[in-house]
Amino acid sequence: MQFNIEVNNRLIEVRKGETILSALYRNGIKVPTLCNMKDLSPTGACRICVVEVEGKENLVTSCSYPVEESMKIKTHSPRVVKARKTLVELLLSNHPDDCLYCERNGCCELQDLAIDLNIRERRISGKKSRHKLDLSSPSIVRDPAKCILCGRCVRVCDEIQSVCTLDFLNRGSKTIIGTAMARDLNFSSCINCGRCVMVCPTGALHEHGYLDEVLDSLNNPALHVVVQYGPAVTVSLAEEFGIKAGKDINGVINAALRKIGFAQIFDTAFGADLAVMETVELIMQRLETGEGFPVISSCCPAWVKYAEQFYPDILPYLSTCKSPQQMLGSIIKSYYAPQNNINPNSIYSVAIMPCLAKKFEAQREEMTHKAISDVDVVITTRELSRLIKMYGIDIQNIDPQTPDSPFGTRSSAGKLFGTAGGTTEAILRTLHYRMTGKELNSSKWHDLRFVSGIKEIPVKIGGKELKIVLANGLTGIEKLVEGILNKTINAHFVEIMTCPGGCVNGGGQPFKSGDKDVKARTRSLYEIDEVDTIKAAHKNPLINELYEKFLEKPGSDKAKQQLHTCYTKRDVLL
Amino acid sequence: MENRIEILLEKYSHSRRDSLIPILQDIQEEVGYLSEEAIVIVGKHLGIPTSKIFGLATFYNQFRFEPKGIHHIQVCHGTACHMLGVVSIIEIIEKRLKIKAGQTSRNGKYSLEVVTCIGACSQSPVISINGVYYSKLTAERIKQILEEIMGE
Repeated sequence: MQFNIEVNNRLIEVRKGETILSALYRNGIKVPTLCNMKDLSPTGACRICVVEVEGKENLVTSCSYPVEESMKIKTHSPRVVKARKTLVELLLSNHPDDCLYCERNGCCELQDLAIDLNIRERRISGKKSRHKLDLSSPSIVRDPAKCILCGRCVRVCDEIQSVCTLDFLNRGSKTIIGTAMARDLNFSSCINCGRCVMVCPTGALHEHGYLDEVLDSLNNPALHVVVQYGPAVTVSLAEEFGIKAGKDINGVINAALRKIGFAQIFDTAFGADLAVMETVELIMQRLETGEGFPVISSCCPAWVKYAEQFYPDILPYLSTCKSPQQMLGSIIKSYYAPQNNINPNSIYSVAIMPCLAKKFEAQREEMTHKAISDVDVVITTRELSRLIKMYGIDIQNIDPQTPDSPFGTRSSAGKLFGTAGGTTEAILRTLHYRMTGKELNSSKWHDLRFVSGIKEIPVKIGGKELKIVLANGLTGIEKLVEGILNKTINAHFVEIMTCPGGCVNGGGQPFKSGDKDVKARTRSLYEIDEVDTIKAAHKNPLINELYEKFLEKPGSDKAKQQLHTCYTKRDVLL
Repeated sequence: MENRIEILLEKYSHSRRDSLIPILQDIQEEVGYLSEEAIVIVGKHLGIPTSKIFGLATFYNQFRFEPKGIHHIQVCHGTACHMLGVVSIIEIIEKRLKIKAGQTSRNGKYSLEVVTCIGACSQSPVISINGVYYSKLTAERIKQILEEIMGE
């Protein structure tokens, strides 16, 4: 049912049951908020969104108050603006004064609001909150001193990710956000996805940065520093430089990385091509016996940790293939190094990823053999933008270049790993060839694109029907996993992406990106695929060369040694 | 301990989320504190993440997460005691025993708990050690009491 309410002396149409804030936003009226999140339960915690409602004595929080018929609202009356200003001043009263050194300087919602409300002096001075900085996690840093207790991280972790690592601990002025038994993050059930970092309005939760390590290695003449970048990075980085979302600057990134001084530049999409070859081999083997289904994707390290903690029984179904990042990392040190007479110990392997969980993955015990790690350090899209700015590179005026051999060619299928559904699409292209011996007429699988939530998708390959399940985000994942375990969901392949939208919406991507930006990045990946000449992993000549010269064939002992891994149950407080 | 908690949970076999507080109270009554183990068992029983149970339990003063010491000191922090300077009494105890409110000393001898009121306002400021009340405390008197229990 719809009716009109009056806002700032203007009538607007609203829907019964919606909150004032959602009605205002839909009608293009801007009201600031620090705790509200689209589609998640409102809490009214920050109170910045207060508005004046005629006939009500107190200001009401528009994020949690439903619209009523014949309501008269003022969103920016002097009383409202003054209240908002005081609220922000109170939030700032115990906030550390280290904006200049803060990770979020320049992209902080609290800072922005203080600027908007013209707060230019400290009128209210409170006792500074002093808390221990939690640096324990390789992915996420928690700084409770900067926390404004908006609770966004708690809600996103519960309602979107179904992980429930965080909650409010203690009470009143002693309240902080913390984990069960107040453990450090690395001992908690955190899966390092970084959704909490993406929604944090301040620097209370931010990524564990490794730029210093990268700079030190670049300055160390004894090290041969190589770099790889994930498929989603090239379509997202431009936003950090004010270019509109979805612009692919792959060539520019190659050129910039070369200028910065990386010895070799590789594209992780090559690793994705390898992952396709190995996963398809795994599926083919299981199709022969008809057992061991479904094969569940393991390229998302946050999902892998989720499975290890919550559903260890599902681990035998997880593809044993390492993720593209780790595959390429492993091949760099085991194949590229000896080929070029370089000691693998003196290679420093950097990966640029749209993801925070990748930082954790690179440090996993299984990813190091004889003291040689597949990947030494992982930085995010955001850190890359800082690195480029630090080196004074003007990305608008730099000629695109290509990545280096021997991994210089990738298929566009590998590129699709950057989006939810893309991994499956890439795998199906090669699987079709392996099953029928024929190439696909059209390589596009429309059913697999822009899927929301969890969806079962039947596909036909050469007369055989295969069932695919896509999980775009972890919302509702328990049902899927339990369905697989009790055999009510029978699928051949299951792709699980922790972040809604896939890696293009990862925890290491530019801040303040909305649904539209994520869609633009995804479309950009599909456009790259549209014009590319090599659309499937098995048609990548360099992949075939790698198998001929080094790995023998997919699933060989050599490939197993370099490209496969195992998973173990994790004992954490759930 | 696992057994004791499981026996206790039998009477809550069909319970849901709303029984969380009574269950935690029963466990504290039975075991003396909420251990990590206890929180995990309750979480499994009710299907609630441990972070949520810990979050709720830390909200209330009544729950403790370490076993009680041999000398369990409860300090009243009600209005009357507050007005008559119990804050400095707490400070003295914390300094002398080197533990904070809610903690138990490493040797397991002392534990300190700050409670909202123990119902002896006319005797403020008042503390209770293992159920024995010490009333109308002064800085000298509390130091003396601490010497006594520490000398044991």
